[in-house]
Amino acid sequence: MTTLAPYRSQLRAGRDGFTQLLRAEWTKFRTVRGWIIGTLVAALLIVGIGALTGANSECGIQLTPTSPSLACPAPPTGPGGEWVADDFYFVRQPLAGNGSITVRVTSLTGLYSTHGAFTPGQSPTAGMTPGVQPWSKAGIIIKASTRQGAAYAAMMVTGSHGVRMQWDFTHDVAGMAGQVSAAAPRWLRLTRSGDTITGYDSADGAHWTRVGTATLAGLPSTAQAGLFAASPQYSVISASFGGSSSTGGPTLATAAFDQLSRQGTWPAARWTGESIQSATSRAMDRSAQGYRQAGGTFTVSGSGDIAPATDNTDSVKQTLAGTFAGLIAVVVIGVMFITVEYRRGMIRTTLAASPRRGRVLAAKAVVLAAVTFVTGLVAAAVTVPLGERLLHENGNPIPPISALTWLQVVAGTAALLAVAAVLGLAVGTLLRRSAGAVAAVIVGIVLPYLLAVVPGVLPASAELWLVRVTPAAGFAVQQTIQQYPQVTADYTPRNGFFPLAPWAGFAVLCAWTALALALAVFVLRRRDV
Amino acid sequence: MTAVHAEWTKLRTLPGTGWLLLAAAALTAAVGVIAANSVSCPAGGCQLDPAKVSLTGIDLGQAIVAIVAVTVISGEYSTGMIRLTLAATPRRWLVLAAKAAVVSAATLVTGAVAVLASVQAGGLLLARHGVTAAHGYQVLSLGQGPVLRAAAGSVLYLALIALFSLGVAAAVRDSAVAIGVVLALLYLFPIISSAVSSPSWHRHLEQLSPMTAGLYIQATTNLRSLPLTPWQGLGVLAAWAAGAMLAGALLLRFRDA
Repeated sequence: MTTLAPYRSQLRAGRDGFTQLLRAEWTKFRTVRGWIIGTLVAALLIVGIGALTGANSECGIQLTPTSPSLACPAPPTGPGGEWVADDFYFVRQPLAGNGSITVRVTSLTGLYSTHGAFTPGQSPTAGMTPGVQPWSKAGIIIKASTRQGAAYAAMMVTGSHGVRMQWDFTHDVAGMAGQVSAAAPRWLRLTRSGDTITGYDSADGAHWTRVGTATLAGLPSTAQAGLFAASPQYSVISASFGGSSSTGGPTLATAAFDQLSRQGTWPAARWTGESIQSATSRAMDRSAQGYRQAGGTFTVSGSGDIAPATDNTDSVKQTLAGTFAGLIAVVVIGVMFITVEYRRGMIRTTLAASPRRGRVLAAKAVVLAAVTFVTGLVAAAVTVPLGERLLHENGNPIPPISALTWLQVVAGTAALLAVAAVLGLAVGTLLRRSAGAVAAVIVGIVLPYLLAVVPGVLPASAELWLVRVTPAAGFAVQQTIQQYPQVTADYTPRNGFFPLAPWAGFAVLCAWTALALALAVFVLRRRDV
Repeated sequence: MTAVHAEWTKLRTLPGTGWLLLAAAALTAAVGVIAANSVSCPAGGCQLDPAKVSLTGIDLGQAIVAIVAVTVISGEYSTGMIRLTLAATPRRWLVLAAKAAVVSAATLVTGAVAVLASVQAGGLLLARHGVTAAHGYQVLSLGQGPVLRAAAGSVLYLALIALFSLGVAAAVRDSAVAIGVVLALLYLFPIISSAVSSPSWHRHLEQLSPMTAGLYIQATTNLRSLPLTPWQGLGVLAAWAAGAMLAGALLLRFRDA
């Protein structure tokens, strides 16, 4: 009697680890010609639209109607490397070495124009309305030099934000609250010791409170110190069909000082008044600004602002306008990565080979995210320098950004595409239908951005809401301009300002994707194929 | 006529069609209501276009109309039904024409419902939010010529979007790619034109954009600031739709199914 051994294959059993799954999914992705072409199209769209945008955005100014167009000038650069506004009236003397300056402010008044800039031939203050701006400022300042953008520290009274200490354009610390008046004067003091400047305020000149301490690296031994006044542009933003229009005009602040006292070495014999302002400044004409000294009383009138610049366009984001086209392409690929399996019946083979369905979806997500991330990274790393160069050649000043911000934009764009593709995969798994899934994801990501950013019909509150809670919040990761509470500006998405910080906005998109992916895994495991 | 009847039966018996068209109407009206509700028009006056605000929902509704139109032909390619259809009706342009007739008829009905609901709700809500005679506005109603033009034009806009989507889908066949192309052409123009800062290019891109130019039909205020008149704008979209249908018809005619 013979026993027959059952047949055993001589082949070694294959392992079914996650690596094998990844390899299987990568093989599927790489062998479908349309997906590889689609990925390349996504990259080309990003670069091509970036180049198109850069090449068709000229910026030029003509000093006279017949003169050739000059490139738009870049604003001055502050000590931190950022663009700043540095226009004010300065009544100054050199201060050699350490010392201090103390003054009492008894009033801050202002004028503002609602009819645009001043017309030559008229008195600069003709037709202006009395009223002080919320961030009109006047007080004492110690500044490295009179060059625009030079380091400084200042103590000031403001129109409606109380006493502030500000230094190096971006720093702002609140002091005493309340408005200044003859009945409620404000005493201000700045003390220099080496590179450190300390600001104090007081209501009576006897009891002093320290407001803040600024360290101005590399402050020269002889600095310029004295009184200043500045008043930012008045603007009313009205949203209308076809765009928001900003109307307004320059403003003037006038402050009265007395009880001026100084300590330390002040080598000059008298005060010098000077309006610090660039040729293209939107501040009032120099002739309207000035100072008067009568006995111990100084009256200083100034226009402009000492603050970070907030009215520049986000050039880096502008070069990446093609992200939307690339995003639509990768979403289409992400959706098809799963819906094609359903259409061709391939999903049955896939799930028979790897019965743990959650892992299959995870492997697909990893492969898809990796491919789109690399594509996006290459595309963005090419587009940003190319677009900036074209913008520069067309006369647009390019805002300085740090290497870290550059990395945030480029890696953020790549991550945005990767997460959007995975969102497409998840929604595709849920719906199993290509058209519906692609439309749902594009409508979810691109339409809210479109409604919020392209000037249209919605009020500002609705626009802010859209880019805060919808997946479109993720585009905040491309933002390189910042909002400052001490500067009044039209901080709306259409001007490039997102309500959420870059990575916080990106986290909103990730949260939507995680939710969709979790639902997709749940449904995929529960559902018959 | 038999071809139209056949297409109508196919469209009617798909389980998704009815729901999608219902969703298109409901979401269009819902977005219009939300937009009208978020408006505030203080005593100092405000600059807004009441008709355009209440018809904001079209931006979303068009995407759903595009899904329906794309599926009408791409769905046949993905199931292989197209071979049967073309065997039954060998004159291929007739198939496409029948599909166009059925889809645009369905869209016209859906669009009319959505637009009527949007304008009625918008009129009520905007009046409550200060868009009243006291602030220089007439209460929104179809009795005013421009509003009637905006409303009827929006319905036509949706039908043209359906034809445009159908043409693109006939040309590219795959539903995911077709809807991607349609939505990209609709949504990308305004985004890119807002990034381009050269005024003349900005204007050209807006004039070319099927969505931006097409939606000029909704404008009832500040007509002079538009780069095209409302009907010219709708004409731009009609040209896109005609181009897409022509490309789709030619490819369908000369390509192996």
